[in-house]
Amino acid sequence: MVPVLLSEWIKVRTVRSTFVTLLLTFVVTVGLGAVVSAVVASTWNNQTPTERANFDATGVSFSGIALGQLALIVFAVLVVTSEYSTGMIRATLGAVPQRMTLMLAKVLTVLGLVGVVSVLTAFISFFLGQALLGSHRTSITDPGVTRAVFGMAIYMTLLALLSVGVAFMVRRPIPALAILMPFFFLISPILNAVPKVKNVAHFFPDVAGRQLYSVQGSTDVPYGPTAGFFIVLAWSLGCVVIGYLLFARRDA
Amino acid sequence: MIEVNELTKRYGDKLAVDHLSFTIPQGVVTGFLGPNGAGKSTTMRMMLDLDRPTSGSVRIDGKHYGQLREPLKYIGALLEAKAVHPGRTAYNHLLWLAASNRIPTRRVDEVLALVGLTAVAKKRSGGFSLGMGQRLGIAAALLGDPKILMFDEPVNGLDPEGIIWVRNLMKSLAAEGRTVFVSSHLMSEMALTADHLVVIGLGRLLADMPMNEFIDRNSRSFVRLRTPQPEQLLDALSQGGIAALQGADGTWEVENGDLARIGDLAAEHRVTLHELSPQRASLEEAFMRMTAEAVEYQTGAPALPPEQEQEQKPEPAAAWGAGWKKES
Repeated sequence: MVPVLLSEWIKVRTVRSTFVTLLLTFVVTVGLGAVVSAVVASTWNNQTPTERANFDATGVSFSGIALGQLALIVFAVLVVTSEYSTGMIRATLGAVPQRMTLMLAKVLTVLGLVGVVSVLTAFISFFLGQALLGSHRTSITDPGVTRAVFGMAIYMTLLALLSVGVAFMVRRPIPALAILMPFFFLISPILNAVPKVKNVAHFFPDVAGRQLYSVQGSTDVPYGPTAGFFIVLAWSLGCVVIGYLLFARRDA
Repeated sequence: MIEVNELTKRYGDKLAVDHLSFTIPQGVVTGFLGPNGAGKSTTMRMMLDLDRPTSGSVRIDGKHYGQLREPLKYIGALLEAKAVHPGRTAYNHLLWLAASNRIPTRRVDEVLALVGLTAVAKKRSGGFSLGMGQRLGIAAALLGDPKILMFDEPVNGLDPEGIIWVRNLMKSLAAEGRTVFVSSHLMSEMALTADHLVVIGLGRLLADMPMNEFIDRNSRSFVRLRTPQPEQLLDALSQGGIAALQGADGTWEVENGDLARIGDLAAEHRVTLHELSPQRASLEEAFMRMTAEAVEYQTGAPALPPEQEQEQKPEPAAAWGAGWKKES
C-alpha cells in the first residue's frame, strides 16, 4: 500500500494541472469570499431587517466556494480521467493490478492533498472575510464558528472525494465535468427555487454542505450541521463505492 | 512461463478471442503473429489482467497476473506507445512506475540510458516523437529487470534505425535468458527475430511451433523450368525419376529439385531450356495463405498481388489453411 501511495503522490505532484486547479480553488474561493464580504459590509445600511436577522458572517466569508468548488471538481476529475484519456491506465494497472489498492491509494492521495488546501482555504477565507466585514464580523471563538470553518474544509474534501467517485464511473473528463459542474452550479440552485422539488433538492450535497459550513444555517432546510455532514458524506461514499464497483469489473 | 488456457473474449455477439490456448516457452523470443484484428492486442491485455476474459485463464509461473506482488519485476510490457501523460517528464513517468513496485530510483537512470533517452529525461513526454515514445515505453518495460517481456507491435511507426534497434534489443534480451513475447502483423519481421511462433487469425490458434519448423513446413523450395519443348522435358525428367508439375505462366516446377541433375538430364535429352532456376516461396506468402480465411476485413481484390501469384503452389490455398488447423 505504501509504495502505491508514494507512486500516486508522485503522479499528482508531477503534472501542472494539479498546481493550477488547486491554486485556482484557493484564489477563487478566498478572493470571491473577500469581495462578497466587502460588498455586504458597504451595503449594510440598505439591507432589510430580515436580511440582517439571517446574517451569518461566517457563511458570507465562504461565499467564494460557489465558484471555487468548480476548480476543485476539475482537479479531482483530472486525477482519474487523465489516466484514461492518455492511455496511462494500462501502465498503472500493469504496475498495480490490485484495483482496490490502486483506487484506495488514489482516494487517499486526493484526500490528503485537498485536505491541506481546504484547511488553508477555509481559514484564510474566514479571517480575510471577517476583516473586510468590519464591525459586522464574528470571531473564531464565538459559538459554532470553529465548527463552521472546519465544516468548510470538510465539505471541500468530501466534494473532491465525490468527484473522484464520479470520475471512476464515467472515466472521460468531459462527460464527468458535464455531470458534476451543472449539478453543483446550476441544477441544485434551480431546483431549490421550485416549490415541492425543493424538498428533494435540500438533500443535495451542496445544500447539505452549506448547512455544514454556516453558523446560522438556512431556516428552509430541515436539518442542522451534523446531519449536513452525514448527507455530504453519504453522497461521497456512495459515489466512490459505485465508482469502485464499476472500476473493478470493467476492462481498462 | 506463461500458459494461456482456453482464453475467450466476447464483445457483444462478436468473439474477439476464441478458446485460445498456447504456452510461451522460456528464454526465447516468441512471435505472436496475426493479421490486424486477429485479437493479438486483446489477448495481451487479458494476459495483463487489463481486460477481463469472458472465460479461460492466463497463468504466469502458475499465478494469475492480479496475484503477482510487484508485477513489474516479473513482466515488463509495452502495449501501446505513448501511454504516458503528455505533461509529465520521461523521468517522472518512470519514477512513479518505479515507486509503485519498490524499484530503486537509480534504475530509472539506468533504463533511460539503456534506451538512449538520458538527454531528454527532464522533457515533457508530450513533445516526444513516436520513436521516442516507443523507447520510453520500452524503458518502462525494462524498469523492473523482469524475466518476461511483452511487446505489442514494437516496431510500428519506427524509422529503419529504430526497427533495427528494437530487433537487436529483443535478441539480446532473449540471449540473457529472458522470455520475450512480441506481437506483429508482419511475418518478415518475425522471421528475423522470433525463435518460436504463435499464429492466430480471428481469435483462433492457427499455428504454435518453433520458427525453424514453421520455415521447414512452409518455405517450399522448388526448381522452376521454362522450355519450348515441354513434352520432351517431361519425358527426360520422368526417365530420371523426377516429377514436374505445371506452374503458372507456362512454367514447370520440380519440388525440392536438384538443379545440376535436372540440367544434366535436359542436356542428355537435348531439350532446350529457357529457364532453370531455384525458387523459394516466402514465409510472408505462407503466412498470408494460412490467415487468408481468417482475415476479418477482406478486400475484393485477391489476397496476393499478381507477381506473387505466379509463385503460388499448385494446390489450392484452402488445402494449406485446412492442413494447418488440423495439425495445430
